[in-house]
Amino acid sequence: MELYYITNNTSAAVPLDRIPEIPYAAFYEDMHRKLAEQRYHIAHYFARPEEGRMKMYCLLLDDEESRVMITSYSTDYYDETELPSLTALHPQVHPFERDITERYGIRFDAMPWNKPLRFPFDRFDRKSSMDNYPFYHMEGQNLHEVNVGPIHAGIIEPGAFRFICSGEEVLHLEIALGYQHRGVEHEFETTDNRLRQICLAESVAGDSSVTHATAFTEAVEKLTGVERRTELDRERGVALELERMAMQIADTGALSMDVGYQLGQVACEALRTMTINTTQAWCGNRFGKTLIRPHGTNHPLTPEKAAMIRKNVGQIVRRYKEVHEDLKSSPTVLARLEQCGIVPLNQMAEIGGVGQAARASGLKRDIRMTHPWGVFAKCQHHESIIKTQGDVMARLMMRCREVEQSAGYIDTLLQNYEQKYVPSGTTLPAPDYTAPLAASHLSFGLIEGWRGECCHVVITDAKGRIATARIKDPSLHNWAALALAVRGEGISDFPICNKSFNLSYCGHDL
Amino acid sequence: MMTLLNILLLLLVAISIPGVINRTRALLAGRKGIRFVQHLYNVRLLLRKGAVYSTTTSALFRFTPSVYLGAAVMALLFVPVGDLPPVMSFDGDLIAFAYTLALGRVALVLAAMDTGSPFEGMGASREALYGALAEPAMMLIMATMALISGNTSFESLFGEGEGVELRYTIVLLLASYTLIKLVFTESGRVPVDDPRTHLELTMIHEVMCLDYSGVDLGMIKIAGWLKTASLSMLAADTFCAAVGWGWWAAAPLAVLLSGVPIGVVESTQARNKLVRNTTFILTIAALAALVFFTGYLMQLNIVLE
Repeated sequence: MELYYITNNTSAAVPLDRIPEIPYAAFYEDMHRKLAEQRYHIAHYFARPEEGRMKMYCLLLDDEESRVMITSYSTDYYDETELPSLTALHPQVHPFERDITERYGIRFDAMPWNKPLRFPFDRFDRKSSMDNYPFYHMEGQNLHEVNVGPIHAGIIEPGAFRFICSGEEVLHLEIALGYQHRGVEHEFETTDNRLRQICLAESVAGDSSVTHATAFTEAVEKLTGVERRTELDRERGVALELERMAMQIADTGALSMDVGYQLGQVACEALRTMTINTTQAWCGNRFGKTLIRPHGTNHPLTPEKAAMIRKNVGQIVRRYKEVHEDLKSSPTVLARLEQCGIVPLNQMAEIGGVGQAARASGLKRDIRMTHPWGVFAKCQHHESIIKTQGDVMARLMMRCREVEQSAGYIDTLLQNYEQKYVPSGTTLPAPDYTAPLAASHLSFGLIEGWRGECCHVVITDAKGRIATARIKDPSLHNWAALALAVRGEGISDFPICNKSFNLSYCGHDL
Repeated sequence: MMTLLNILLLLLVAISIPGVINRTRALLAGRKGIRFVQHLYNVRLLLRKGAVYSTTTSALFRFTPSVYLGAAVMALLFVPVGDLPPVMSFDGDLIAFAYTLALGRVALVLAAMDTGSPFEGMGASREALYGALAEPAMMLIMATMALISGNTSFESLFGEGEGVELRYTIVLLLASYTLIKLVFTESGRVPVDDPRTHLELTMIHEVMCLDYSGVDLGMIKIAGWLKTASLSMLAADTFCAAVGWGWWAAAPLAVLLSGVPIGVVESTQARNKLVRNTTFILTIAALAALVFFTGYLMQLNIVLE
């Protein structure tokens, strides 16, 4: 029996009837086996009501052969049998199974911890609310609980963190999110206005607007079946790497601030401003909103703009290298960050960690390398930076090196761009918001954002309208890594562990 | 008359130190920085406001700012500027000074526990631990000075008279250095604590004041300046006693000796991991012990010939 429809990150959309529908037992059996290997991890796994039945789709990624494997299973509307839970075997399935249960009441048998994920408005169990969140409890004379949030000081988004500590040592951290839930996925389904949908995608998470916009645009472009221009790929590559640079620099500064290292902080704040101002000079928005549009662009790169970006990026990276050297050679910074908040490789693999946090623990997860798309599939071969220590310092050094790598890519891409495309005088078309979408198809956009792998799945109905949009921000995987990182650390180290991951609240809560 | 000058100079020092710290940090960060007396405006703003109290707190919580400020003022009265006479002086005021400051600390710790907040409880436990660790260092330095001068009051230690013998110069310089290090811990500065941080979980002193607002917060801030000023002044006095300078040098020295190093350290260094603070403070205590034994050996007149 064929278990999966196998495709890759550059192929066209998949007709829904080509996706095999298998019994849950077979799904369970195969997932059990596959997820035990590090090469496989789940990109997305969600439920969707379809003609009186509940249909579950799962996108499995194979890192070694660049495959995207899609499968599905279904349950009847009145079927209340409990499905054996995968979470008990593979913790990486946890957030997905929680989401399925929360939305549609599908029950998983022997699920270790089926608590609510994000409290959507139309959740199955209306009685479950933030006020009766089932926090984990431990009893003991020497233990005390510290609750942080959900209202935070400063600019941090809402999220409740509950620590169980023995003195200063953290025994357990529980992260309760969902306060930012806005119903973004549902909004995609309520409108046919493509421009409106892409603007929504840009606002999924403010710090990764280019990432989410690119992922959604990819999914939509695959559905239209129209090949896009190579120049567009290059421009999107540059935009994505600019966003990566800006955010990694900002996080370097934020980490410096949290350990009280003023020089690193002020230098990075200035550099981050330079980076986002470069994006602004290109498209008019510092976070790259309005930049990514299907089939065309409103802000084509002119030779002047390309030269401006190259000049700025060169200057930024030259100054950033000094900060990098300073951080590496400052004994007080090293003493503070090394051996702090370690997530070992096996734990990172079990929770299905993605992005730079996974790479800092030695897990090779990078969509640019394993499932290349766009410019990375065509001309910019990417080799990930891998570190093995898995501590806060490793995550910081990861950032430092990725900024330098991204700057190199931007430079090469723009150089080629000027030589190859601009002289021929071609102009890029304006965006096309009306191209018809293939009916009854599943399409996905899989992008490596600065935080990690971002996946948008779009399913169209028989009329070619977007019937279901499902978004996965990398934070969904990585929040569990933060809980593991602080285990056994002093509670005063939590802020720097948190900052070293810098996960998104709104990306998780949608 | 001289006593009045003494107290005026002390207040001037108390006001100048935060200003100097801010200027140093701004200079090193390449920023324009806030104006020199900005902290005074901030506190004036606080003093004009009323205070809000949590319903879980008791009278203890409301008394504390007065006790804390009172203790800081009281301690300040013992401190001479160089050879000027302090307001209050009696035999054994060395000890009185140290424990008046400790009284303020105890009040603040209790008030923090009174709020019932887990953050403040953690802050209180840290403050109590570091206070206990810093105390031996403080007492050893006091003991050294009492030992080599044969007096137990600040006035007779630093005041005019025969002064200390020349051979104790090195001991006094070291004592001055140790006192500067104590200023870092006692006033909650990097690397022990970070007064600028917004992260409640890492704070020590600041977290205990989280529930205070308005007038109360203003009083705690003023008490903090006074405490820093009296300790820095002692360091400057010791330095001046070592090199034989008078009050005219002690006052500016007090500002520079603590203001500039704190500014430099806060700009160029990261904070300690919290567990390493213990080591840091114990190192100060070890240094103080070294100073004490050196002083003691010299007192015994063991001379290498």
